[in-house]
Amino acid sequence: MTIAETDFVPADVARGRGGGGPAPTRTVVAYGFWIFLLSDFILFSGLFAAYAVLSNQTAGGPSGAELFNLRNVFIETMCLLLSSYSCGIGALAAERRHVDYFYVSAVFTFLLGAAFLFIEFSEFANMINAGAGPSRSAFLSAFFTLVGTHGAHVTLGLLWFIYMIAQVYAKGLRPHVLRRLLCFSLFWHALDIVWIGVLTLVYLMGAR
Amino acid sequence: MDRDEHVFDDRTPGVEEHEPSASYVSYTVGLALAILATIASFVVSQTNLLWPPGIAVGLLVLAIAQIGVHLVFFLHLGSGSDNTNNILALAYGVWIVFLVITGSIWIIANLHANMMDM
Repeated sequence: MTIAETDFVPADVARGRGGGGPAPTRTVVAYGFWIFLLSDFILFSGLFAAYAVLSNQTAGGPSGAELFNLRNVFIETMCLLLSSYSCGIGALAAERRHVDYFYVSAVFTFLLGAAFLFIEFSEFANMINAGAGPSRSAFLSAFFTLVGTHGAHVTLGLLWFIYMIAQVYAKGLRPHVLRRLLCFSLFWHALDIVWIGVLTLVYLMGAR
Repeated sequence: MDRDEHVFDDRTPGVEEHEPSASYVSYTVGLALAILATIASFVVSQTNLLWPPGIAVGLLVLAIAQIGVHLVFFLHLGSGSDNTNNILALAYGVWIVFLVITGSIWIIANLHANMMDM
């Protein structure tokens, strides 16, 4: 009797800790991607540390309190949060082979992510036009590096997502496509977690 | 067809609960909690609701709470035995992040205190 023929999971089946043979592909793939995400958090921790250390070194230039517009930041936060939610709902719909629901949530995920990026880039452009570019002070260098790296992740995520929608369209919801969608969904949630740190450390603490 | 796709025994981040109907609900609960935490963060930072010297700590607590909400409701990290590998990896990641950030702040604050006024 093979595993696929049983409705219950026997106690000696693979548990990913040495007993019962190798773990299912899906488990291995998601775990490997989880390790990558944790290494990405460590990359961001270096940028957060640099920002925390340099945030008061304005070299006579503008400080965060003068530059940040918290209304825009709130809209950005909500866009990214709802995009993350929509992405999770889309991944659940894909698991259940509801391809129409997947497309609907994909549109929301993409548009909300793009709205976040649009607000962020217009904020950057305004700051640079006002003479508060990355070369103005150590504070602004650290700001643009930290927030810009997050923005670059979101940009790459959106490109990856277009590629994933094309795969669902061309190949259907096959197991390997579902595994890639699972990885994308983890990546998108992880970017939202990094944004919570950016929001708190950079904007909310900086705007006081 | 991948036969092993039907074995949802080991848990990994992002893989939903065994009872499928619960997971849409879990995402929506997570969204509501995350929105609450975000609004609370903005209110705390913009008002004097908290004792002003404690606002930074309050914001930090709210941020950690919201990260916890994301991990549990969006990434489906739980405390079940099948989650051991994921939690161990996460704990190691949190440890490194903590060392890098607090270590940098600590060392640079010491350097700063020892600098002569320019």
